[in-house]
Amino acid sequence: MNAMAATADTERAQRPAVRFEAVTKRYGAVVAVDAVSFDIAPASLVTLLGPSGCGKTTTLRLIAGLEQASQGRILIDGKDVTLLSAAERDVSMVFQSYALFPHMNVMENVSYGLRAMGLGKAEAAERAAEKLSLVGLSGYERRQPSELSGGQQQRVAVARAIVLEPKVLLFDEPLSNLDAKLRRRVREEIRDLQQELKLTVVYVTHDQEEALAVSDRIVVMNAARIAQDGTPRQLYNEPRSSFIADFMGDANVLAVTVESCEDGQAAVKLGPARLAVADRGVGPGPAVLAVRPHAVRIAEGAGRKDVLSGRVLKSSYLGDHMEYRIALADPAAELFASSPDVVRPVAEGAMVSVTFEPAALILMADG
Amino acid sequence: MTRPATSQRMSGGAAGDRAALAWLLLGCAGFVLLPWYKVEGGFFSFDWFSRPAEAAPAMLLSGQRPWLLPLALPLLLAGWRLWQGRLRGLGVAGGLGLAWLVAEGFSIIHSGWGFSWLAALAGTPGPTQPGLGWGAVAYAAAMLMLVALDMAARGWCKGDRFVVGALLLVIASLILFVAYPLFSILASAVKDNDGNVVPGLFAEKLFSANIWSLGCLRGAGSCGVAWNTVAVAVLVGVLCTVLGLALALIALRTRLRAKWLLRSLSILPIITPPFVIGLALILLFGRAGIVTTFLSAHLGIPRSRWIYGMAGITMAQVLAFTPIAFLVLVGVLQGVSPSMEEASQTLRASRWRTFRTVTWPLIRPGLASAFLISFIESMADFANPLVLGGNFNVLSTDIFFAVVGAAHDQGRAAVLAIVLLAFTIAAFLAQRRWVGGRSYVTVSGKGDGGVPAPLPGPLRFGCYAAALPWLLLTVVVYAIILSGGFVEQIGRDNTPTLHYFLTAFSVEKGVDGWFLSGSAWPSLLMTIGLALVAMPFTAALGILTAWLLERQYFAGRTLFEFLAMMSFAIPGTVVGISYILAFNVPPVQLTGTGLIIVISFVFRNMPVAIRAGVANLNQIDRSLDEASLTLGARSLATLRRVLLPILKPAVVTAMIYSFVRAVTAVSAVIFLATGRFNLATVYIVGRADVGEYGIAIVYAAVLIVVMMVILVGIQLLIGERRLGRRRAGAEAAVAQL
Repeated sequence: MNAMAATADTERAQRPAVRFEAVTKRYGAVVAVDAVSFDIAPASLVTLLGPSGCGKTTTLRLIAGLEQASQGRILIDGKDVTLLSAAERDVSMVFQSYALFPHMNVMENVSYGLRAMGLGKAEAAERAAEKLSLVGLSGYERRQPSELSGGQQQRVAVARAIVLEPKVLLFDEPLSNLDAKLRRRVREEIRDLQQELKLTVVYVTHDQEEALAVSDRIVVMNAARIAQDGTPRQLYNEPRSSFIADFMGDANVLAVTVESCEDGQAAVKLGPARLAVADRGVGPGPAVLAVRPHAVRIAEGAGRKDVLSGRVLKSSYLGDHMEYRIALADPAAELFASSPDVVRPVAEGAMVSVTFEPAALILMADG
Repeated sequence: MTRPATSQRMSGGAAGDRAALAWLLLGCAGFVLLPWYKVEGGFFSFDWFSRPAEAAPAMLLSGQRPWLLPLALPLLLAGWRLWQGRLRGLGVAGGLGLAWLVAEGFSIIHSGWGFSWLAALAGTPGPTQPGLGWGAVAYAAAMLMLVALDMAARGWCKGDRFVVGALLLVIASLILFVAYPLFSILASAVKDNDGNVVPGLFAEKLFSANIWSLGCLRGAGSCGVAWNTVAVAVLVGVLCTVLGLALALIALRTRLRAKWLLRSLSILPIITPPFVIGLALILLFGRAGIVTTFLSAHLGIPRSRWIYGMAGITMAQVLAFTPIAFLVLVGVLQGVSPSMEEASQTLRASRWRTFRTVTWPLIRPGLASAFLISFIESMADFANPLVLGGNFNVLSTDIFFAVVGAAHDQGRAAVLAIVLLAFTIAAFLAQRRWVGGRSYVTVSGKGDGGVPAPLPGPLRFGCYAAALPWLLLTVVVYAIILSGGFVEQIGRDNTPTLHYFLTAFSVEKGVDGWFLSGSAWPSLLMTIGLALVAMPFTAALGILTAWLLERQYFAGRTLFEFLAMMSFAIPGTVVGISYILAFNVPPVQLTGTGLIIVISFVFRNMPVAIRAGVANLNQIDRSLDEASLTLGARSLATLRRVLLPILKPAVVTAMIYSFVRAVTAVSAVIFLATGRFNLATVYIVGRADVGEYGIAIVYAAVLIVVMMVILVGIQLLIGERRLGRRRAGAEAAVAQL
């Protein structure tokens, strides 16, 4: 490869596959997407994650061209597509319901896009067969969609979308119609396919575990805006708000007071207890502390004066671990804890002393 | 990997220029090549080739008619923009072209200046021009599409030019063929017979005693025609609702569970021409009718003309419209979940209490709906009052006589049409706003377990008591229609004869071989021909409108839906008079052609096609369209390759119903039919009017049988196609049959 081609390649790699510039989508008075900006790097898998109604699906549909932006600009591979219709954008989508055409067989479904842009029947069939074998469905060409299982239908939908070799491939909650066991396998297949073909994928889900498992990057949305944007590790370990902390894996969010900061360590007062936590830039004053359930340690019986204490409200056995709901005495709060010890569970109603594993505590400024 | 896909997929601009160029060329052809004005003998006979002077294009005419010259300007402007490779600005060109076309078309008509103020301004009678021809149609269509291309380029309807184009086309045709004729009524109502605007005269006509007098209540003379109409409509509405409810309860809530009742009642009102029932009533209860003769011979009851008037009209309409109320109420009753009634019974309510406190409140909105629909039908009915009215006038027949009668008072006809329209539109609005679809009944796709509660005893007997006489009379009426034409003079002389049938439908062998010598053939063939021409256009326009309503979002969607569905509520008589007022004079001169009959068929029956389309589109997951779009198929390709194949049943339904309704319609086309374009129903009414009941009845019977054969035949055909499609659906399809 010569130097010029290499430069061109680097430039291409640096040019975002999708760019949102302050994009807003309004339905009448309702704002579904509020001045959202982000870049999506080529050949990466980016997940749009958030609770229902947060605007993630609208964002996906804005990329596809199924919705038109009320304000702002959308660029795909450096080209302004804001005013282009879905048919004119170089983007394919795998739908939640798969949206296979019921009156066409598998081959007709997969070659539909090729035929729509005027390819001959033979060439379209050849390219469609190639993609069908890629998703492991060779030999199913003549089946009707209704004769396939849910997992197979999903693969047909994927084959139909990648056969056009789009600049961006969109997935709208692709696993929600599959049973739990199949979900794990299919999401791995999607990830493998994406890395093998170096596809740029935007993936919408409301399941944080799914997002953590497949993504290069996660964009968490809340109330029509981006709440935080980063790698799975950043989001889990360094949430910037209690919303992110609670959404990315459960968290108990407790109001605390930071008494002093020194050498990156904060002295935090929580009820009778004093905790030393990484300050993460938070200054003295009121703050919140996120505590993961697995970081909560409980021991039966009241402990020392400077240790938190509470009563077990509910104790549930879940096979490989126990879950407890605990009412803290001071501060008055409920705490959710999980413990791998299923042999000696703590009984409901028991008084317990509560401590936290310091490494898993996250201090944040917001309320 | 090379990507041949990309270049084609991202080339929307180039393809758009081709489309724009094609439309521009069409506009130029309309201006430069095609006859600009209406040609005698019809465009498609092409005999205008031999008369080039009459069929000259606008460009050649602009010497004598300089006002045509500005029409070239938008063509040049659009050509210049396209040459620059720009789509924006085409809208301005198209808009200017359309605006000037409308302005000059209405300003200069066949008799000179189109507006009196123009004549006053110019001080001359002004130039004249005939009605527009196909050149103008091509020009206008091209201008409209240039506007659509520009709007799509500005991001309207997600930048989809097909959607914008289709939307503009449907809106333009609704404006031209629904809104403009209605406006013509208004305009005509405020003018006197010489064309001067006289608001005072309008008020005088609108509030005339003829229309609003309540004299009959005080015993002083007769009541106004408006009150006559309303009284009949309310009476018919109540009776139809009661009878419809009784029939629906019998069909669904008794052990009778009569499927045949349901099916025949759902077909009969569609295939029966509306006046046929009136005819049969005359044969039964007229002065020389069967029943009258029997009563006078055996009981000494003197013969009278009681059937001609309110009693007869009410009777005929109750017979004709009860099936419609029945169908509405069957839908409502089926929507009442049996589990609610079972819940009531497990709470220890008696059957009667369950009916009174659960079932009745649930169906009450449905009753209001059935009443209003029967009310509208009765108000709009033209043929039964025409046949049975006697001296009792209703609005729809009064409108007809104001135009065709000796008075020939178009202003009065227009005022009466406005009154009639106000009543039906008000009922239509009430039906939509107040009860339409917003009943408590929930219809989910899932079957609901449980058995509907049987009717309490007294109610059951009440239902039978109400429904049986109606059923009996209906059977007698249809027996008379089907047999009456095959006897000498039904009731008096029951000798079988083929005389009438042969007069109407004989086929003879002449010098040049076989030919159709019967007197009914021309009108029958013309009717079927025009209905067949209208059929695909009705279905296409209806399904297209349904697709725009269901699948696209645009500003003014509610207003658009209202305009499209409103033609339901416009009585045929009003459509007829409005078409005569709007299309008798330039710029759009259509009266006396077959085209105007086809157009009236299309816009009268379009709501049926819209309903069929909307109901079916509702069941198709929206993500199918979206998948097709993201795969690079534009909306037109998506409609053609994904939606239409799935919508096939809806398309077929829309086509059949538009055909059948076109064949059986009478109220609008009686104004539009001519000697050359005579229609079956108009012919039958004409025969009945001069007392030739034999031919009228035999013709009606043939029409009913032909329609029945067509309906059942097509139902079988669709059924079989479904069988071939998938085996699992076979039983369901059979069950539907």
